[in-house]
Amino acid sequence: MKRTLLTALAVLAVVPFQSAQAAGDSVTPPHKYWGFHGYDGTYDKAALQRGLKVYREVCSACHSLKRIAFRNLADLGYNEDQIKAIASEYTIQDGPDEEGEMYDRPGIPSDYFPSPFPNKQAAAAVHGVMPPDLSLITKARKYGADYVHAILTGYEAAPEGKKLQPSQHWNKYMPGHVIAMAAPLSDELIEYEDGTPMTVDQYARDVAEFLTWAAEPEMEDRKRIGLNVLLFLTIFAFVMYGVKRKIWADVH
Amino acid sequence: MGSGTREKFDNPVVDWVDERLPIFTLMQREYGVFPTPKNFNYFWNFGAILMFMLVVMIVTGLFLAMHYTANTELAFDAVERIMRDVNGGWLMRYIHMNGASFFFIAVYLHIFRGMYYGSYKAPREILWILGVVIFLLMMGTAFIGYVLPWGQMSLWGATVITNLFSAIPVVGEYIVTLLWGGFSVDNPTLTRFFALHFLLPFVIFAVVFLHVWALHVTGSNNPLGIDTKGPQDTLPFHPYYTMKDTFGLIVFLIAYAAVIFFFPNSLGHPDNYIPADPLVTPAHIVPEWYFLPFYAMLRAITFDIGVPFTDIVIISAKLGGVIVMFSSILIWVVLPWLDSHPIRSAKYRPIFQKLILILLVDFIFLGYLGAEAADAKYFGIPVNYFGLAATAYYFLFFLVFLPVLSKLEKGREMPPSINEAVTSKGH
Ligand code: HEC
Ligand code: HEM
Repeated sequence: MKRTLLTALAVLAVVPFQSAQAAGDSVTPPHKYWGFHGYDGTYDKAALQRGLKVYREVCSACHSLKRIAFRNLADLGYNEDQIKAIASEYTIQDGPDEEGEMYDRPGIPSDYFPSPFPNKQAAAAVHGVMPPDLSLITKARKYGADYVHAILTGYEAAPEGKKLQPSQHWNKYMPGHVIAMAAPLSDELIEYEDGTPMTVDQYARDVAEFLTWAAEPEMEDRKRIGLNVLLFLTIFAFVMYGVKRKIWADVH
Repeated sequence: MGSGTREKFDNPVVDWVDERLPIFTLMQREYGVFPTPKNFNYFWNFGAILMFMLVVMIVTGLFLAMHYTANTELAFDAVERIMRDVNGGWLMRYIHMNGASFFFIAVYLHIFRGMYYGSYKAPREILWILGVVIFLLMMGTAFIGYVLPWGQMSLWGATVITNLFSAIPVVGEYIVTLLWGGFSVDNPTLTRFFALHFLLPFVIFAVVFLHVWALHVTGSNNPLGIDTKGPQDTLPFHPYYTMKDTFGLIVFLIAYAAVIFFFPNSLGHPDNYIPADPLVTPAHIVPEWYFLPFYAMLRAITFDIGVPFTDIVIISAKLGGVIVMFSSILIWVVLPWLDSHPIRSAKYRPIFQKLILILLVDFIFLGYLGAEAADAKYFGIPVNYFGLAATAYYFLFFLVFLPVLSKLEKGREMPPSINEAVTSKGH
């Protein structure tokens, strides 16, 4: 009886959640290999730099990345001068000055990526829906980077009989399939200088990795510290087990 | 405390202090030589783990509070700034956030231990009831804490749960307005929740103090559920249990650290990384995992109770759900009187043992149901029927099975003493 119950318990514990989201007419994105997965995973700096290029040349037309400052790009392997150069390509509104006027100036490393729209309403007026800020997107969606990659590569012709508005598009992986974002990527759209294939799939992978970094810039530190903490605790546990055994030896 | 004989301490400073405030004598008596049954298993470790977790939550919470801003316009950004710009901020937040989950893992095991081994029975009723009070306070604290980062689930979870109170007749609407500080979950709600979230852990601390005090009056129960009969049955708390508990705590911390550093968001909902938006309702509003069994009981009641053959509704489905949910915990308060069987430990009560293990499975199953979409189906049957069945078992266990078993169940033969049981097992 006890055994049956324990088995039942074990089954309950391992049967994966038929999660709420699965019911919502959405498709699980294919699981990709990512270098940042795993207990010692790290970001690929070259991929991050390419992903930044994809973001800057394509996504930034519609999506903000407001939690990332230019100075943070040091994580991607850029030096101070390169960061200054990137920042200065942007125009930042500052002020008010002594006359009380707002003014434009070139960006500096401590500035944040400027948003393409002054406010939510302006964004929604152009696109029907506000394109979400991308700084946390991989944490704000189940399946994270896999999902972002899947959305960018998941455009299909709408099935027969489905009427879409001109502003609507069919995407296999969007919950409900109807998405207000037109397929943003196409082959050869962005110039890669390092010989990496210039395909939609590659662009999507790179930008997904970049956005994962944007959402979790602490990840490499976290895992490195984590390994040390676990190592320490494991050794400590063995020591304590020995101590406990020794102390209890006269009782047993 | 103060009175009685006091043994001199070798260290003159310690002795000087102790003569005036016998705090060292107290520690020595309550944690040094304190006689403790010698047959504890690792289920007895969770009380110490819970104390440790409470301190962890207070310390990390204090650091978060230094950088947090309780304002609906700023809260989400403040938490993200903690994650990105405050030194060690991500670590503090992930320790605190996952600490809530591990706190609940520990408290559920601690409560189940109490039920399985009959620790709620005389003379430990007050100790047990104080535990139930702590659990309620913990639930309140965690629920309120989850609102603070002001993500989509913070806002909508708070909206759903606070709305429940409106089902209470007469005072319901008033309570909801008081919780909200207005007419919806908004800035006044956030500011008062932050104030309460800061306060409640210290209230918990105070109740934990009473809980431990009560424990040290009656002494601990043990896996056999029989009283200690003399020094041959006990060991001094130190070093035997200080060392055993430290070992258990470290093992617990290994699991906790693995989650903090390698899966810090696996126990949370992705929607809470979307800033709260009162105009967009999430597709599925689900509470944190530790509330799911109770949430399932709440949702299982989908029918009104009224006078048959009339339209008169006495208890609406909503109120029914709220009553069921709250009584599922409040029923624990009277558990010592629902179960008056003279044997404590499930080990010597074959029927009780089976039924309580089924209760455990039932409770975990309720947790799964709580995570389902309200319109989900298993084998073509709507989930709330399963929820209703599981809720029924839960209440039958407490309200029917326990009182009946108290009268009828024949126990197994019990060993005469802890010492004999332990030595005869060849330990
Ligand atoms: C022409 C404007 C435009 C461009 C360019 C664009 N997007 Fe979007 N994006 C949108 C809009 C509008 C939405 C909102 C879609 C909706 O909710 O239906 C959106 C939504 C998204 C979503 C969220 C989907 C969801 O689950 O809600 C992601 C992820 C995304 N975009 C990524 C990107 C990336 C990465 C790029 C660059 C490669 C990009 N977008 C380029 C307009 C754009
Ligand atoms: C019983 C102890 C406690 C429990 C169960 C608890 C639970 C929680 C939970 C579940 C959250 C939301 C986590 C998140 O999504 O980030 C939270 C956040 C928070 N808690 Fe606590 N908490 C406790 C003690 C404290 C204490 C003592 C303080 C302050 C002195 C505190 C301060 C905060 C702050 C500032 C936040 C918001 C920051 C954030 O979301 O990371 N907590 N708490």
